Amino acid sequence: MAKPAGEIKWTELEPGCVIVEPGNARSYRTGDWRTGGHPVVDTQRCTKCSLCFIFCPDAAITRTDQGYYLPDLFYCKGCGICAHECPVKCISMVEEEG
Amino acid sequence: MGRRVGMEVSIAVAEAAGLADVDLVAAYPITPQTHIVEHLAEMVADGRLDAEFVPVESEHSAMSVCIGSSAVGARTFTSTSSQGLALMNEVVFIAASLRLPILMAAVNRSLSGPLSIWNDHSDVMSVRDCGWIQIFVENGQEAFDHVPIGFRVGEDRRVLLPVMIHMDGFILSHMIEPLELVSEELIREYLPPFQPVHRLHPDRPVTMGAFAMPELFTEAKKAQDEALKGAMPVILQGWEEWARLTGRRYSPVETYRAEGAEILLLTMGALGETASEAVDRMRDKGRAVGAVKLRLWRPFPFEALRNAVAGASLLVVFDRAISFGGTGGPVSAEVRAALYGEPRRPKVVDFIGGLAGRDVSPEDFENMLDLALAKAAADRQEGYEIYGVRA
Repeated sequence: MAKPAGEIKWTELEPGCVIVEPGNARSYRTGDWRTGGHPVVDTQRCTKCSLCFIFCPDAAITRTDQGYYLPDLFYCKGCGICAHECPVKCISMVEEEG
Repeated sequence: MGRRVGMEVSIAVAEAAGLADVDLVAAYPITPQTHIVEHLAEMVADGRLDAEFVPVESEHSAMSVCIGSSAVGARTFTSTSSQGLALMNEVVFIAASLRLPILMAAVNRSLSGPLSIWNDHSDVMSVRDCGWIQIFVENGQEAFDHVPIGFRVGEDRRVLLPVMIHMDGFILSHMIEPLELVSEELIREYLPPFQPVHRLHPDRPVTMGAFAMPELFTEAKKAQDEALKGAMPVILQGWEEWARLTGRRYSPVETYRAEGAEILLLTMGALGETASEAVDRMRDKGRAVGAVKLRLWRPFPFEALRNAVAGASLLVVFDRAISFGGTGGPVSAEVRAALYGEPRRPKVVDFIGGLAGRDVSPEDFENMLDLALAKAAADRQEGYEIYGVRA
């Protein structure tokens, strides 16, 4: 990604705002707001089944090097689907502070 | 010299699109645009034109297909009128923001309601701010010429914008007029192949039509505005080169017998010929009257307009659409804004008329001039008047 969007001058845009660099949605941070608390995973009980990863509607859950599945709180919107679907109930939704 | 023929203007426009060797036509038939797309469909079906003709199910689809077509680098043509232009509205704006040089023959017709199939400029004004280059033509020759001119200007890499050619429905589109065709060789010399900067191609993937966050949207709109304003010199070049090849010269603001005129009559579109006729009659009576024809509606030719009307004391603007509850005539609003900062400027009187095919004769223009003189003398030139309305 060349520059953050907030630093690009109008003269630096491609005609028609065409995006020529593939996959730059990766750099798009949707914001860390959420409702309904955030998921906390108890990795002692997690069986690495990946159901939370599959069900997450915001693709906010990523696989760690150890094979666990943990939420990226910048994308998690707090829906709780992961906690609902977890077959061993190792995910709990924790109230936000402040 | 090209071949001189007598031809219906709609057919001439279709033939011009054929000469420009369009790759794709997507259009939905609507009165009074119908003859243009009918003829193009025939040309494709007869094998005279090697192009895709996409018979879409609506104008919204027509413009959407045109966007896809232009995005892959195909030379793309469409045509519509009135409700059709209204139905494709959202995609018309997107074509400009994507910088796709589609060419549209907009055969001007009033917007409903009441339902009407006849000619005025209310459909034009519904897309006034859509970001396309918008050119008005006055007769069949101008309509024919502006198809290759429009493609050349729009496809120029310094421009990359869609172009709308506005031609009045029926009173121009359905006339059979004498006009001079041009040869394929001339078109080949004038109009280079379309070579887009970016196009949808699997070998070099790009994303078109992505969303922009608030921190980027303003820059995107600034770039679009500068692109449209920056098209002006390329438009002038396109006309200049056409004049070199055909002898026919066009400019953003044209005048007729305006030398020494104290009163100028400003029109857009086919009624310019009627206004010229009225000017002839009044000049014969010894009145210092001339006509101004606004050819380029977007980008608006502020400087050329100021120069054209600088010597006059009264400018009568004839509008063919109403900005309800606002300035009245959209053209007069633009003209007044253009002149506001001038230390010496003519008084501007605005008439709205010729709505939905109501006839406007040279006598009407003579009447308007007298009415305008009375208004100006009483310093009542502000606002607008709907000409000829029964009270």
